[in-house]
Amino acid sequence: MRRHLSILVIAIVAVVLTSPAAAQDKPRYGGELVFAVPSEPPSYDAHREETFGVIHPLAPHYNTLLRPDPTDRTATKIVGDLAESWTISKDGRTYTLKLRRGVKFHDGSEMTSKDAKASYDKIIFPPAGVASDRKGEYLDVEAVQAPDPYTLVFRLKWTSGSFLMSLASPWNWIYKADILAKDMRWYETNVMGTGPFVFVEHVRGSHWVGKRNPNYWDKGKPYLDGYRAIFIRDSAAQVAAVRGERAHIQFRGFSPAERDSLIQALGPKIAVQESPWDCALLVAMNHDKKPFDDKRFRRALTLALDRYQGSQALSKIAIVKEVAGVQVPGAPFATPPAELEKLAGYGRDIAKSRAEARRLLKEASVPDGFAFTFKNRGIPMPYEPVGVWLIDQWRQIGLNVKQEVIEAAKYYAELRGGNFDVAMDFQCGYIVEPDLDLYKFQSKDKSPANYSRYTDKVLDELYEKQSRAVDAEERKKAIREFERRLLDDEAHYLYTLQWHRIIPHSAKVKGWTVTPSHYLNQQLDAVWLAE
Amino acid sequence: MAKYIVKRLLLMIPTLLGVAVLIFFLMRVVPGDIVELRFAGESAFAQKENLDKERARLGLDRPLWEQFLTWMLGIVRLDFGTSMWTGAPIMEEIKLRAALSFQLAVMATIIAVVLAIPLGVVAALKQDTWVDYAVRIFSIAGLATPSFWLGIVFILLLLIVFKWLPPMVYTPFWVNPWQNMLQLIWPALAVGYRYSAVATRMTRSAMLEVLREDYIRTARAKGLWLKLILSRHALKNAMLPVLTVIALEFAFLMGGLVVTEQVFNLNGLGMLFVESVARRDYTLTQALVMLVAFVFIFVNFTVDLMYAWLDPRIRFR
Repeated sequence: MRRHLSILVIAIVAVVLTSPAAAQDKPRYGGELVFAVPSEPPSYDAHREETFGVIHPLAPHYNTLLRPDPTDRTATKIVGDLAESWTISKDGRTYTLKLRRGVKFHDGSEMTSKDAKASYDKIIFPPAGVASDRKGEYLDVEAVQAPDPYTLVFRLKWTSGSFLMSLASPWNWIYKADILAKDMRWYETNVMGTGPFVFVEHVRGSHWVGKRNPNYWDKGKPYLDGYRAIFIRDSAAQVAAVRGERAHIQFRGFSPAERDSLIQALGPKIAVQESPWDCALLVAMNHDKKPFDDKRFRRALTLALDRYQGSQALSKIAIVKEVAGVQVPGAPFATPPAELEKLAGYGRDIAKSRAEARRLLKEASVPDGFAFTFKNRGIPMPYEPVGVWLIDQWRQIGLNVKQEVIEAAKYYAELRGGNFDVAMDFQCGYIVEPDLDLYKFQSKDKSPANYSRYTDKVLDELYEKQSRAVDAEERKKAIREFERRLLDDEAHYLYTLQWHRIIPHSAKVKGWTVTPSHYLNQQLDAVWLAE
Repeated sequence: MAKYIVKRLLLMIPTLLGVAVLIFFLMRVVPGDIVELRFAGESAFAQKENLDKERARLGLDRPLWEQFLTWMLGIVRLDFGTSMWTGAPIMEEIKLRAALSFQLAVMATIIAVVLAIPLGVVAALKQDTWVDYAVRIFSIAGLATPSFWLGIVFILLLLIVFKWLPPMVYTPFWVNPWQNMLQLIWPALAVGYRYSAVATRMTRSAMLEVLREDYIRTARAKGLWLKLILSRHALKNAMLPVLTVIALEFAFLMGGLVVTEQVFNLNGLGMLFVESVARRDYTLTQALVMLVAFVFIFVNFTVDLMYAWLDPRIRFR
């Protein structure tokens, strides 16, 4: 008990130390930030990759047009990066961005709208043979134009509530047009950006090094002399690295137990930042199979879950915590708790919910003790504890669930092929934006990641309605309707718990703010070391 | 002897060919797909068109026989191609890790030999005394203790007692020997201990057998000095099985230290192996299997040659 109390006290002190007041200290120049990265970049081209293993070591070499404010914990306030201002036409279909002057690539050449256009053309209209992983995010873009060297214009086919946020995507690094013109795949193996740090070396499987860009356009930044990203796959080794002061930080996140062990070992030398994480474990229910095609059965599955009790128990051992709807808590479009409680499976009275679940099972002619297989992904954290929790919850309404753990490499092939009854699914956002979070849930002919395999034209219309709404209130309303249909009326998918991001780091690290996404705030331009 | 060497060298070819066929087709049988894993998995936007494009780029849309033929033709030219995951040349990927794995294997072997041979000999000479029991307990403990567990214990002890952790980035010996040793001595000790346990037990039992031979009794009867009997007559003969064990363990260390590498965050071949299999990086996995197979074959070949040197009765004709 005393041990837990001391951990709690240290944690409170650590959180206080990292509060905005403490962050207002005068930045100090110099030093090398060392951080652990649990993954490694397959290639260096963020336009085609989807692992944070690309973002963490490489983002400091690049800029994007816009970015979420690095001091905003919700990551929903947009500020300019290479664009210093922007306007939206009255009809909401033309976005004009004014680019900064005097921005240089690391080879000394000037960055102009020609480079930004070439980069976005590569992302949105990739030529044959070039893969663009997020092309689907820009279906609304009709054309990208560069009328003068410092103006970039996006013409949209229809209005969009999410377009500005899309321009703040951490993947959309601005590349050099001349290089792309010669070789569209040059950036897969080379680095040439405008960012605060210049590339020094990459030793595969070992580390990545960047040094301060002395000609960075944002005068006075960056504060660090350089950074070193060490690739460490094993989480115990990552903890040891922070504990042994071989690394200042690991930006993705640690488990509650790892956080507690670091606080216990390092006391005031460690600071902790935590945030709801824009990642969630979902449950896909195969609509092509019986009785999963019956919404009464699906509603029973969600009604069986005591999410609030699950949150309390699981947050002690796993990286999950928040009970949420389709948006991460704290975001402008997140579901208010009072509204959330009205959704099936989110009520506070679990006995009542489970009685309703049993009634629905009976009505759907599902016998007591009905057995099915739940396929889970072979990754321990947090899939394993959440999987065990789900099975226990379903057992409490008389269902007999067998878990089958599938190796990660085979897992998505199983889901994509529909070879399952009920399966764990996962979604993680790289910007906090409803379009990104809801895209997956459209009908199977629109969304390749709709593993529940349903067609719901009403849901598709609601998606489109919220996506095209430029008025925030109107959009919020559409999102709530979408959410109600997805999680309650039709119960096509089931949300378990939102992930919870825990970043214990050396107290020397300043100027970095945790956000709900581990893809964001990795440019390191404002980060500095206190000693 | 020369004829024997040529014959053994030629026999390597069908063995390696067999390994190549096996690994190529086994990898294709295992479910999972590198393209699915890399681009489709968690992405809500992954379109089939993109996945097909990538499969075509990697040559995975071509018939199996064509893929196999292309790969075999590459091997003949010692060109293993590029990693499907990183796009980097495979030789480059392996070269990076081979230096660390080789050094660690050599260090662990030295530790094992330095511990195992004297302990094994002493235990055999002092059979059923407290010395023998102590050595047996030491070696059984070594066999029962997984290297990675010992590695974790080392790390925890260093962290808790000395508030210090070995470097996490590999520095080649010729660049900075001190840094290099600071990083590798701990895994070498962890691995070397288990390795020495196997070799100690083998040395002890081989020595016990040899010490009961008539020629040892004769040497003792004619009044030869014990040290001379041991070094000239007993040890040399007892070394044959020990050598086999040491050599096979060495070959294993070149690619089999997965968990130890993970614990110490070593950028070695073991981790590369596991990652390439997990990612279904066919080309890299195939090349690594071929490398490990070659190391095993070559080590066995070398051991056979050393047999002849150690035991003149062995004739290869």
